Amino acid sequence: MAQNQTGKETVVPVKPPFKKPFKRPKRLRTGYEELSGYAFISPFIIGLVAFTLYPIVYSLYLSFTNYGMGGEYEWIGLANYERMFTTDDTWRQSLKVTFLYAGTAVPLRLVFALMVAVALNKIVEAVGLYRTMLYLPSVVGGSIGISIMWRQLFGNDGAFNSVLASIGLPTHSWLGDPGTAIWTLVALYGWQFGSSMLIFLAGLRNIPKTFYEASAVDGAKPWQQFFKITIPLLTPVILFNTIMQTIQGFMAFTPSFIVTNGGPMNSTLLYVLYMYRRAFEFFDMGYASAMAWVMLIIIAIFTAVIFKSSDKWVHYND
Amino acid sequence: MDTQRKKRIKKIVQHILMIIFTLIMLYPLAWMVMSSFKQSSDVFVDAHSLIPKVWAFENFSEGWQGFGGITFTTFFKNSFVITVISTIGSVISSTFIAYGFARIKFTGKKMWFVLMMLTLMLPYEMVMIPQYVMFSGFGWIDTYLPLILPTFFGVPFFIFLIMQFIRTIPTELDQAAKIDGCNTFSIFFRIIVPLVVPAMMTAAIFSFYWRWDDFMGPLIYLVTPEKYPVSLALKLFSDPSAVTNWGAMFAMTTVSILPVFLIFFIFQRYIVDGISTSGLKS
Repeated sequence: MAQNQTGKETVVPVKPPFKKPFKRPKRLRTGYEELSGYAFISPFIIGLVAFTLYPIVYSLYLSFTNYGMGGEYEWIGLANYERMFTTDDTWRQSLKVTFLYAGTAVPLRLVFALMVAVALNKIVEAVGLYRTMLYLPSVVGGSIGISIMWRQLFGNDGAFNSVLASIGLPTHSWLGDPGTAIWTLVALYGWQFGSSMLIFLAGLRNIPKTFYEASAVDGAKPWQQFFKITIPLLTPVILFNTIMQTIQGFMAFTPSFIVTNGGPMNSTLLYVLYMYRRAFEFFDMGYASAMAWVMLIIIAIFTAVIFKSSDKWVHYND
Repeated sequence: MDTQRKKRIKKIVQHILMIIFTLIMLYPLAWMVMSSFKQSSDVFVDAHSLIPKVWAFENFSEGWQGFGGITFTTFFKNSFVITVISTIGSVISSTFIAYGFARIKFTGKKMWFVLMMLTLMLPYEMVMIPQYVMFSGFGWIDTYLPLILPTFFGVPFFIFLIMQFIRTIPTELDQAAKIDGCNTFSIFFRIIVPLVVPAMMTAAIFSFYWRWDDFMGPLIYLVTPEKYPVSLALKLFSDPSAVTNWGAMFAMTTVSILPVFLIFFIFQRYIVDGISTSGLKS
């Protein structure tokens, strides 16, 4: 995936690309290729510089100032970071909530997606129909309407309590109780397991049937096959899904904004929601930028740890 | 004979379990849709029952009236304008860029590619604040420019998706065209573009979803309610403190996801294949 070589046309010896001399004697003809190459990717370069690289550098700068909209940029050094780590209890709360959320919602979604994919992979008939239906929550999941629906579903007189009451179980104020509100968001995240499921399903299809047949001959039980064949061969896909979902989980915003608006008692105050409030309700742009940087570093550490550990548990078959 | 029967029973049990599971998963959606046909007074009475006592179709016309004298016609129009323009922009620019990365040799390509893969993993939230300060400096607040313009410079996920697709096209085709006197641009337009249409379609569908559902962008940049897209309007329309007409609220939540629904059912082959093969993103 991370290879940029265009496959067959690697005639040019591989060297650090930017150190290559710009004009090589026999390569006059390729000057045109060079130019057209840059012509094709120029939108990307412009966009990258204007909408990503520059903003990132700018954000780093902002994080060392106490810039608020329209005000002056006053350099305050590490004061934002100091405030975050030492005095801001709300920040600590939002970090705690986010870890709890990502730490439970991401595994839940992945385990769920994997289980359903394995089950679907065993079924022959109507598999397309199940797949489509189970993917549906993920298709619509990003829309605001779904968050609003979830809010009503778990409301005091919503369907969830209504179902509980009808089968004789006690009802509960799910969104009003600081102890349970976060779990409704976790459930919302887990419910949208569809695209992870599709990726797992595609991965399962790539496992040669002969592996299972051979192990069945040797008397392997289904659960042994699952842990000895399916899981190891699926590890590259698991790695990929874990990384993408972890980033997504850490950056979740809409559910906590719409379903619970951070409450009750900040029990669902996800990091990005707090960052949003700092930036766009209090216009505390410098501080919010510092928050963004801390988040980026946390995500980078997580991603790096997952990648590093992947040497130990990911098996590449080729 | 006996094992045959055992197998069949096992299969039936499998299907029954699968159907029950699927129904449970779809119940919230069904609940939302059915609630939109219930009278406001009935929505939360026996909330779990799906069939309305009275079919209140007027929920839709009442909901459509919107708020503050602005109807959902305006919001839908706004959403379509934003979504369509940015989708066209992102698909065209991404196809260009993908071709450059996939087929042309040039110095520094590797570096740019690595940068692209890094941006693929960079969350938008990271650049949200500096972009906001930047765009507000340009006087772009309360315009669609911040929502539309950046998409014209390629979207990493689409670039990657289309690149993967271009790689499956044999390079012999390019070479033959070159011998026939085509330059890189005519190879791109005459050979590559017609062949990557399926990948472009997949990208377009995803783009449609994301832009249609985009909430944070409009929330940050738009001020005037007349300019709101559906997502933002719906949030206001459904504010827990303000809503009394629950039936109308459910009607509008249902309507708001209708375009996504429709596109999914029309193009689901592209979408499912797109996700399975590229192995990316939800």
